[in-house]
Amino acid sequence: MKKLLIPALLSAILVGCSTTPLPEDSNGAPVESRSGTGTGIASVTAGGVDANGLPRELTDPKSKLSQRSIYFDLDKYEVKDEYKDLVAAHAKYLSANKGFKVLLQGNTDERGSREYNLSLGQKRAEAVKRSLTLLGVSEAQIESVSLGEEKPKDAGHDEAAWSQNRRADILYKGADGRGEF
Amino acid sequence: MKMNAMSPLFRFIFLPFFLFTVGIAQAQLSIEITGAGANRIPVTIVDFPGDPASSRIITSTVRADLERSGLFKLVDHNNLAFDENAPINHADWKSRGADALAAGSIARSADGRMEARFRLYDTQKGVSLGGAAYVTNSAQLRAAGHRIADFIYEKLTGEKGVFSTRIAYVVKARGQFLLQIADSDGQNAATALTSTEPIISPVWSPDGGRLAYVSFEKKKPVIYVHSLASGQRQIVANFKGSNSAPGWSPDGRKLAVVLSKDGFSQLYSVNADGSGLQRIIQSSGIDTEPRYSADGSTIYFTSDRGGSPQVYQVGASGGDVRRVTFEGSYNVSPRPSPDGKNLAFISRREGRFQLAVMDLATRQVQVVSDSNKDESPSFAPNSRMILIATEIGGRGVLSAVSSDGRIKQRLSVAAGDVREPAWGPYYQ
Repeated sequence: MKKLLIPALLSAILVGCSTTPLPEDSNGAPVESRSGTGTGIASVTAGGVDANGLPRELTDPKSKLSQRSIYFDLDKYEVKDEYKDLVAAHAKYLSANKGFKVLLQGNTDERGSREYNLSLGQKRAEAVKRSLTLLGVSEAQIESVSLGEEKPKDAGHDEAAWSQNRRADILYKGADGRGEF
Repeated sequence: MKMNAMSPLFRFIFLPFFLFTVGIAQAQLSIEITGAGANRIPVTIVDFPGDPASSRIITSTVRADLERSGLFKLVDHNNLAFDENAPINHADWKSRGADALAAGSIARSADGRMEARFRLYDTQKGVSLGGAAYVTNSAQLRAAGHRIADFIYEKLTGEKGVFSTRIAYVVKARGQFLLQIADSDGQNAATALTSTEPIISPVWSPDGGRLAYVSFEKKKPVIYVHSLASGQRQIVANFKGSNSAPGWSPDGRKLAVVLSKDGFSQLYSVNADGSGLQRIIQSSGIDTEPRYSADGSTIYFTSDRGGSPQVYQVGASGGDVRRVTFEGSYNVSPRPSPDGKNLAFISRREGRFQLAVMDLATRQVQVVSDSNKDESPSFAPNSRMILIATEIGGRGVLSAVSSDGRIKQRLSVAAGDVREPAWGPYYQ
């Protein structure tokens, strides 16, 4: 059902940003700010949204909100002080944009039981959720889930890799249902 | 001589699987025996007269099964072939060192199917221990061999054989996750589910017809029940948050599951169709990996309520919680044995994750593996062997270890990582 809606929404957005209506199957075709690639087809994002349909400020590397990962110590699930500003920036954005939702994905390193790690990742996602709700974000805007050890960012088998994998990620979705999850 | 046999007419009910075997030959499990029992029973399986190719499939399956179990020593049959009705020179076989001997025959029945008959003899006492006839088609001769091996195993050891059982496991290869089902000897592997997202925690329904598992295909863990014959999948738990760690009740009606819909991972029970959700217990931390005891009265689970992950037990519908493991700071993945005597779990000792077995009567714990990244133990239905996932040379393999640690086998796939094993119930 959701899948069927996406092309319709996509074309609605494209039409909204464009002076000339585009055919339904244009699916991400150029609308404005063309940058020549020599192929005659430029990959372009319409009206300040990225390829996932999210506002630029959530993904622009210059924006604090583009930082989406919070790292944890071994067997720990407290949000460390160094991430307080990052969490606060996301809390501010979500409070001001109530139509947006976030999926918090907790992750762990590969050591130990897969199911126990799934629960540990859940605790990490919950810790970030609690930080956000304490700063005023509505529970309805947040879902916290765990990927356990199943989706490592770094596939290595040493502490350098493991420290990258003890992590919670923040994924965004807009009111129109478009986004990163 | 007339056979005093039961004649179980048997058919392989999962025929559709054979359609999937094409193209996954590279994912075939191979088995290596790395340890055997101390007192192995010497046994001879002579060749069966009849179609030589069919005879070879059946007798080699029987011999391989018995040898792999670690409980038998095969005595050379000197290329002799004779059927189940031929007179046996017991003294001669006894002098060759065989305590038992099986002979049989293969015949084509009127409807074109194959009939494998056999009889087992005790050469010490010079008596027949019984026999059976199995009717099958030629594509399933190996299955007939497993049935014969089960018969011999049970007659000679006094416990039921598990050669006709199947195992489920997950293969990760080329960015894909395959939920596979194979015979207990690793043959006939078939893929029940292919996904680009992880699949974990498969568990067999007690009737062997369904698997419950956790799939990440919806970008988060969701519990499914998958009917193997039809391929039909039903979502059992897809609540807000994570849904994981299914464990069947022994009557096959319910699953104990772990949900985080109210925050941390907590234990619930749910009917196999997803209805009737009930909370089992409540804690302020992690409760996970629930497994019903064989009699259904108790649930063993992992919890960090005491500060480190340990195994606890609680009544199947809640009540008082009792701590079960005490040694060390990390004891997880409890699995009670089907006979109710032992509890297998994974214990971290000096940085190594190893398979441990607790005798539930004496509470004595023994580490039974010599590997160090053990995960996901699963008992064979006769409680003798425990299948685990471990790592050898940086690759995920399965290992089967007897509950006394003596017998060891390794199962690996050439083209990928194997993990998340689940030993299925007895053949039904």
